[in-house]
Amino acid sequence: MKQRTLVVVSAGLSQPSSTRLLADQLSAAAVTAAAGSGIELTVRVVELRDLAHDIANHLLTGFPPADLKDALDAVAGADALIAVTPIFTASYSGLFKSFFDVLDKDALTDKPVVIAATAGTARHSLALEHALRPMFAYLHAVVVPTAVFAASDDWGADSADGTLAARITRAASELARELDHREPATVADPFALTVDFKDLL
Amino acid sequence: MQFGIFSVSDITTDPTTGVTPTEAERIQNIVTIAKHAEEVGLDVFALGEHHNEPFFSSSPTTTLAYIAAQTSTLQLSTATTLITTNDPVKIAEDFAMLQHLAGGRVDLMMGRGNTGPVYPWFGKDIRAGIPLAIENYALLHQLWREHVVNWQGKFRTPLQSFTSTPRPLDGVPPFVWHGSIRSPEIAEQAAYYGDGFFANHIFWPKEHTQRMVGLYRERFAHYGHGDPDQAIVGLGGQVFMRKNSQDAVKEFRPYFDNAPVYGHGPSLEDFTRETPLTVGSPQQVIDRTLGFRDYVGDYQRQLFLMDHAGLPLKTVLEQLDILGSEVVPVLRKEFAALKPAHVPDAPTHASLLAAKQADEQKEEATA
Repeated sequence: MKQRTLVVVSAGLSQPSSTRLLADQLSAAAVTAAAGSGIELTVRVVELRDLAHDIANHLLTGFPPADLKDALDAVAGADALIAVTPIFTASYSGLFKSFFDVLDKDALTDKPVVIAATAGTARHSLALEHALRPMFAYLHAVVVPTAVFAASDDWGADSADGTLAARITRAASELARELDHREPATVADPFALTVDFKDLL
Repeated sequence: MQFGIFSVSDITTDPTTGVTPTEAERIQNIVTIAKHAEEVGLDVFALGEHHNEPFFSSSPTTTLAYIAAQTSTLQLSTATTLITTNDPVKIAEDFAMLQHLAGGRVDLMMGRGNTGPVYPWFGKDIRAGIPLAIENYALLHQLWREHVVNWQGKFRTPLQSFTSTPRPLDGVPPFVWHGSIRSPEIAEQAAYYGDGFFANHIFWPKEHTQRMVGLYRERFAHYGHGDPDQAIVGLGGQVFMRKNSQDAVKEFRPYFDNAPVYGHGPSLEDFTRETPLTVGSPQQVIDRTLGFRDYVGDYQRQLFLMDHAGLPLKTVLEQLDILGSEVVPVLRKEFAALKPAHVPDAPTHASLLAAKQADEQKEEATA
């Protein structure tokens, strides 16, 4: 089995949170799908609620406190990412956006990503396509074609066999395919010198 | 080892009184602060350069010349001189002039500046910050070492048969430090020329400083200037002291909470843990400062930021009194006892002149 890492970023605010629930279902499906391709996924979940103050402080001071740095490093070093946000006011939540604002702009380049969101009604579902997908495209991430949206209705009693489960499985399979044909992620050292000084002169 | 203070020249409202000093007051205060630095036994005063409000220091050599006239031992420096937006010809002229007037008590620190709008006011682009710093410094370096310069580059008009006047005092260019928070190219630049490297070391985690100084030392040796531990390193630092540490925390907290740069963000406790800021007793400042050596090695210059965030003049002068009487004498003794003999002191005009004369005698002897 190949060893790969998956980081799941969840921006849910309530506890328990439907955003986290969706994140966990996507994560479990990704582990299963990856195993089918001979990949053993190690999963780390980053709850942005726990980092909310750190994120605000990073915006103000320009550097991450230790816990946030650890989370940002985990995302940058991950082989794949699942990013899940509640939809607030027709878009991703401010906390979700702020986390990606303080992430190094090159950290997601060529990284396979599943985007997912939760909201009260299905009317918000296209926020995934008009807000999340362009943001990750800007960051040069490889966003899989299936974006997963869960409204309150989707958490009904028969949801495990319903369309939400089918979308989760499909997105997870797409992520596993992207993982399968990639080398492990590498992280550039920001302090490494990449040019010869004589070439700069 | 040299100890001193550096000022970013901010004009900030005192959050405890609501009083904002006028430009006139703040400019007179900085002269008082610099003179007091010499009175309490410090070695260096370094002044920033800015071209936007709320800063007053657009013309450091004017200010430093005025201070030079009223001091006798104080080494005058900058923190930093903008190598990106200034014309290197004017830097060469201004600092050579200052060097003559100050009897050689001058060095300077190169920096890029980080405020986007300032660059276009001087016809430059912040996205070219590194190439500007590289090309402009190469010219400045040449202007101080070659009498007649023919030069062509990308960023300024060419020079034909140009001589920068006055020539550096005794033919010895002012020593140059290169300051940077996290640009490896600048550490490389300092190493390439065998110049000093100054890590800002305030407002940022120590890991930045550790990595940058490590890179600079390694490359200093690579370019044949000596062993890594013979490279010339300076550090910033920020402290606030009272006899009892609780009093220091209580008095400094409103200034911290409302300060430019980090105010309204992390708590004082978080920030003192995450950055080199020390707020406490003189002994705490001594212990923390001695600890800097653990991650940068033996170094040559320690500058403290003392006069920002709206601290009133009286408080700043008291801080200098504590620094000069209780902190620096102990640090001098402790650092000196730890430093091996092959690690040099920070270059001064006298040491650079002596080295030059020794080189010349060696050449004569072999000729």
